Amino acid sequence: MTIDRNARLREIRNWDDYFHLAIDAPEIGREARPGQFVMVKVADGPFPLLRRPLSIHDSGASGIELFFKVAGLGTEILSRKKPGDRLDLIGPLGKGFTVSDGMKGKRAFCVGGGRGIAPIYFLARELGDRSVRATVFYGGKRLADIPLRDKFEKAGMEPLCSTDDGSYGFGGLVTELVGLELAKTKLDVLYACGPEAMMKALASLAAKHGVPAEFSLESVMGCGIGACWGCVHRIKNESGDGWTKICEEGPVFPGERILWP
Amino acid sequence: MTKKNVDLTADLGFLKLRNPVLAASGTFGYGLEFEPYLDLEKLGGFVVKGLYFKAREGNPPPRLVETASGLINAIGLQGVGVEAFSEKVLPKLRRLKTAVIVNVCGADDDEYAAVVEYLDKQDGIAAYELNISCPNVKTEGLCPALSPRATFDLVKRLKAASRRPLITKLSPNVTSIVEIAKAAEEAGTDAIALVNTFLAMALDLETRRPKLANVFGGLSGPAIKPIALRMVYQVASRVRVPVIGMGGIMTGADALEFLVAGAAAVEVGTANFVDPDAAVRIVAEIESWCEAHGVAAVRDVVGTIKAS
Repeated sequence: MTIDRNARLREIRNWDDYFHLAIDAPEIGREARPGQFVMVKVADGPFPLLRRPLSIHDSGASGIELFFKVAGLGTEILSRKKPGDRLDLIGPLGKGFTVSDGMKGKRAFCVGGGRGIAPIYFLARELGDRSVRATVFYGGKRLADIPLRDKFEKAGMEPLCSTDDGSYGFGGLVTELVGLELAKTKLDVLYACGPEAMMKALASLAAKHGVPAEFSLESVMGCGIGACWGCVHRIKNESGDGWTKICEEGPVFPGERILWP
Repeated sequence: MTKKNVDLTADLGFLKLRNPVLAASGTFGYGLEFEPYLDLEKLGGFVVKGLYFKAREGNPPPRLVETASGLINAIGLQGVGVEAFSEKVLPKLRRLKTAVIVNVCGADDDEYAAVVEYLDKQDGIAAYELNISCPNVKTEGLCPALSPRATFDLVKRLKAASRRPLITKLSPNVTSIVEIAKAAEEAGTDAIALVNTFLAMALDLETRRPKLANVFGGLSGPAIKPIALRMVYQVASRVRVPVIGMGGIMTGADALEFLVAGAAAVEVGTANFVDPDAAVRIVAEIESWCEAHGVAAVRDVVGTIKAS
């Protein structure tokens, strides 16, 4: 992991409140794995004080991409940055999704809900590079909440989309769509990132079908590096079911270890 | 301009520090978390996260809420306990050429004594920082730091029991900080550290619920600096033991203000969350300021506040 105080915003685009940033940050870009995150400084002064944890949307030799929805003051300030602006990033942080060369030919579902689609693009692309047969599920409340459809299609990943209000794709929850596809697929692994209710439903679905699953958890974070103990979630450990730091031992955890609230 | 060598050493009497900057307990993990970001041997030292005798589970989330230039936390002192710390962490800290100070907690006076007794058998600890702000199970959640009598009794008992110097860390949530500081001094503390966090809360207007699961938490960060500076000044001018000042230090200038107000050393806390290398940057900024101001030894700055 690196502190890159001289990362450069190359490109910024948006769909309403959803923002996509392409950032020149070669060291972080080369090291990043799907499911990892960066801590982004949003202000030069003391307010807002803390960095914001953002999932890495894609990465390569020149840098990383981020995708987020404006959710408060920090992301709002970030959304107003201009190409050429310098950014201060720490990353890549945390433990990401399990992706290995030995997975060739396996069948995978990658499920993103709303802004939770962010790490799913990076994950699905890396799985594709390893000849894993991955299907992307992309769910949102309405059409406006699934703006990255075209990006997946251009990359040759045809996402199965759902909207809660039926304005695009499957009408209903993405978990229902996953359930329908799961019934007719011999699946090896399921990955997901999104609202907690979505991941909880997918965890029980995967468990019912005996499919290993991994979920990326989200939390407010103080530091992102394991020092503040602020971002905990109930996780089953060898030593018992304790509050476990999402930033350090996660954000991705195997489904069977997560104790959902 | 030629670079002059500034003497950065700090002197607590019982402990000489490479420089006056320590990383504060609860913001620096067990130190090792920061090794990827800074050279721990460039710090004056660091204070590890508070240790109870047994591992401690801490509070349910949400544990953090950010406020204007500040952070309210209610972690609940989650930690590994003194035995796991001594076996798994301390051997790695022992090889560092930097002062490792252990923050000592207890649910009652007996537990504080048990932690000290256990740690006294371990090598590689420079001093104990006594966290007297832990809620006490026997006195309905009141912590010793809120009462001069309880502070005196606890410090006296631990001073007699410990083979190492004691730094008593005070809570600012009191009517008279000087009264508590003097109680700790009379009981024999070797130094006083202040301030711990300010009791605070935040609520969500739409849901009308507290933002922390614990309802209350401790406020830290730049928001508290002026109040912390006032308290450090008050205490430093009324006690003879060295004072370690802290509260919202983000820059070398902030640290130097605490030294001018009378602190012999400072602790850097919340800044470590924002910039994991903040403490070494602050050391460099102190050095630059001393060079620019013709100060040969940073010790000479301590307590140089002038009458208004």
